[in-house]
Amino acid sequence: MPKDHGIGASSKRREDVRFLTGEGNYTDDINIAGQTYVHFLRSDVAHGTITNIDSSAAEAMDGVLRVFTAKDFEAVGGIPCGWQVTDKFGEPMQEPKHPVLAEGKVRYVGDPIAAVVAETPELARDAAEAIVVDIDELPAVVDMKAALTDGATKVHDDLTSNLCYDWGFVEENKAAVDDAIANAAHVTTLELVNNRLVANPMEPRVAIGDYSRGTDDYTLYTTSQNPHVIRLLMGAFVLGIPEHKLRVVAPDVGGGFGTKIFHYAEEAFVTFAAKAVNRPVKWTSSRSEAFISDAHGRDHVTKIELALDKDNNFTALRCETYANMGAYLSTFAPSVPTWLHGTLLAGNYTTPLVYTNVKAVFTNTVPVDAYRGAGRPEATFQLERVVDKAARELGVDPTELRRQNFIKPDQFPYDTPVAVTYDTGNYHATLDKALEMSDYANFDKRVAESKSRGKLRGLGVAHFIEACGIAPSNLVGQLGARAGLYESATVRVNATGSISVLTGSHSHGQGHETTFPQVIAEMIGIDESQIDIVHGDTSKTPMGMGTYGSRSIAVGGSAMVRAAEKVINKAKKIAAHLMEASEADIELADGQFTVAGTDKSVAWGDVTLAAYVPHNYPLEDIEPGLEETAFYDPSNFTYPSGAYFCEVEVDPETGEVDVLGFTAADDFGTVINPMIVEGQVHGGVAQGIGQALLENCSYDDNGQLLSGSYMDYAMPRASDLPSFDVDHSCQTPCTHNPLGVKGCGEAGAIGSPPALVNGVIDALHRGGYPVEHINMPLSPSRVWEAIQSMK
Amino acid sequence: MTEVSMVVNGRKVSGNVEGRTLLSAFLRENLGLTGTHVGCDTSQCGACVVHVDGAAVKSCTMFALDAEGADVATIEGQAAPDGTLNVIQQAFQDYHGLQCGFCTPGMVMSAAALLKENPKPSEAEIRDYLEGNICRCTGYHNIVRAIMAASGQDVPAVAAE
Repeated sequence: MPKDHGIGASSKRREDVRFLTGEGNYTDDINIAGQTYVHFLRSDVAHGTITNIDSSAAEAMDGVLRVFTAKDFEAVGGIPCGWQVTDKFGEPMQEPKHPVLAEGKVRYVGDPIAAVVAETPELARDAAEAIVVDIDELPAVVDMKAALTDGATKVHDDLTSNLCYDWGFVEENKAAVDDAIANAAHVTTLELVNNRLVANPMEPRVAIGDYSRGTDDYTLYTTSQNPHVIRLLMGAFVLGIPEHKLRVVAPDVGGGFGTKIFHYAEEAFVTFAAKAVNRPVKWTSSRSEAFISDAHGRDHVTKIELALDKDNNFTALRCETYANMGAYLSTFAPSVPTWLHGTLLAGNYTTPLVYTNVKAVFTNTVPVDAYRGAGRPEATFQLERVVDKAARELGVDPTELRRQNFIKPDQFPYDTPVAVTYDTGNYHATLDKALEMSDYANFDKRVAESKSRGKLRGLGVAHFIEACGIAPSNLVGQLGARAGLYESATVRVNATGSISVLTGSHSHGQGHETTFPQVIAEMIGIDESQIDIVHGDTSKTPMGMGTYGSRSIAVGGSAMVRAAEKVINKAKKIAAHLMEASEADIELADGQFTVAGTDKSVAWGDVTLAAYVPHNYPLEDIEPGLEETAFYDPSNFTYPSGAYFCEVEVDPETGEVDVLGFTAADDFGTVINPMIVEGQVHGGVAQGIGQALLENCSYDDNGQLLSGSYMDYAMPRASDLPSFDVDHSCQTPCTHNPLGVKGCGEAGAIGSPPALVNGVIDALHRGGYPVEHINMPLSPSRVWEAIQSMK
Repeated sequence: MTEVSMVVNGRKVSGNVEGRTLLSAFLRENLGLTGTHVGCDTSQCGACVVHVDGAAVKSCTMFALDAEGADVATIEGQAAPDGTLNVIQQAFQDYHGLQCGFCTPGMVMSAAALLKENPKPSEAEIRDYLEGNICRCTGYHNIVRAIMAASGQDVPAVAAE
């Protein structure tokens, strides 16, 4: 029987009721009395010197309160970067200033030049059109390799070049890797692009600044995955507002996928402007504006080489990547191609030698930062593509080549050559599960059936490993993080026994309001409905780092468990007093405290009431009340893994790819709510299929964004996708967090692009077109051209 | 400014709008019915779908003045007066057809329009019909299942194990 409550139950989501009835409270739904509206005038050229801004006509318009430009922000700081990478020579990365509004130069299409605050959004927009900006256009730097050539136009005059950093990892292994590749029995080489994407949460970003002269308090309402991080970055580094005078609220947030982690200029602007005009200031991004102001994702160009010995064992891996940073460093941008990428290149395999070189490059494009998976999809894509190509070159089954090189179940914990230690895993189990689920044994029959209809069928295989539960603070501190990555929780028990959990994790679709109570309900034995989650408001929850990197249950959940353990320990003391028993003999189950070996018991609610009405209470030993806080700092990352199979059919006449089926066999360790976990995989796989088949953020040579709306950027629609076959029964629980959980938010987006591309390559080979590689997205024209090139 | 009147969720309403005011803006800003969401500016995403005189309409693509005298239904009017979810809303919760909730009002309103014209749609028909509604969270898998379940078709329970 499936469980109907607690850990492992598919409890229905309580947050759904408000979302299904139109009662959600998203940031754009908030309106404050006296509110004004800002419209940003953004650069329509990719690179240029601002020679003049004439805002007199705009300022004279009725309903315009004020026009702001860079000179209004001379006294404040730039938008900070939260991660400093040290290059292979031991030098810090180049880090340009990122002003709130463009100072002297514009550096990408979308760079904000001026901002109009007016009585209505329409007036603000009309007035922005009346601002005259003179820009002397400069050559735009768009291509990364061209940006690094001698004499290339510099994106930032005060930097020595467009190279942000040149990073090597593990630098000490480089010579050994080079040697192993030079002397290998076989080397498989692949050059590929991890296409630039736009995260596109369905809710565009919104920010509202509010300021009270009476108290000198600021409030920022914003579409953020981590309000405390925004409070710290904006308060300390941009505006100089101490935390106790700045409240940041992230209410219902309509999806994030990474792009709502970062601190953006618009947030600082509305907070600053609210004081300057002494009125609340609201900014609501349009979708078109989102395409040129939300941080983009991916955009790596890579050459990867895999060395094998005569028995097909992997002996070395070498990766050279160019990673686009865009025009400025977004909050976590430097970490994505380095520590979230280079450390994952062992994958599921025993490859003993790995070396990665990453050159991060400034270009005249929108800043690039973490998008669902962040570095790990890039690592997985290149690794699983080159392994697949090696199998084809060597004439062995791609699943068998992988199986042969897997880390074996008895090798855990496993020290990789790329600095991380996998605590648990069983890659053979997920592979076997996927083989069974996908009916691999009968695949050839399906190929024949497709062929009878003139179609080419293929099956793509990919395995993945990811590092989640981000992250041990002391480790990431050494790696350049300018933040700790713990999480916090307060478990506040009320007098009658109901509970509010205040968490630093933030839910923007993940269902924390349902899953977190399941854990507490399991621990105490009370009904889930007795427990509520409070999140997304720095004035309510303890300092927390928020939600990204599949960290909510692994880190935030662990903090909650630790706080609940403290609560239970104190409650046992109270129960022992009430039952005149020894604390050591008290047991808690099903909401009842009992004295072991007796029929004495006292209910949870009696103990909590005693804590707040302490008449019969050991006041000499313990304080009244029942509320505890814990900060949890993980001792290691978690390592979810899985086997993903994608079955496709290619029409050789048109190049169109039809995704027929998708199998995902994941190992997430302990699963709290199977329904929600499966939903996370569905969504991740859909985004991965989107990347592999449809989505592409495209710039022309002048730095003009060609895919700036849903008319041009192909978002996956229902008819583009199949039903998914997902499984999470292979569970090797994490050994270093209290729940044994690993995290499931990003897996789908990490494992699916190589599965799809491998499937299409497989279909083409089976059809007699030995195409080696096609860059994503695998649009009909690209696939058709690849087929034609083989004729 | 011009006065516009219509019936929204059975209630007579009116307000003063500019010629360029969209129906979505009128619902959200004038009436405070913020369940209707705006997710794009090219009439692609469908988060703003409402019913106008019984037909599914993207309310970002219609001027408020063009709805003069119309009968408009939004997500706020879908549940029973006592709060009981309608069959589509309930199926979305039962089958985990939503995550962040932002596209959800448009999805529910589109699903209602679909089931009105095709009471027992196939999976392919549902996927085809949702061409104008983008969801970034669910991969559509559970939305499709929710709509099939709402139409009375047999759908296995979620996460059966």
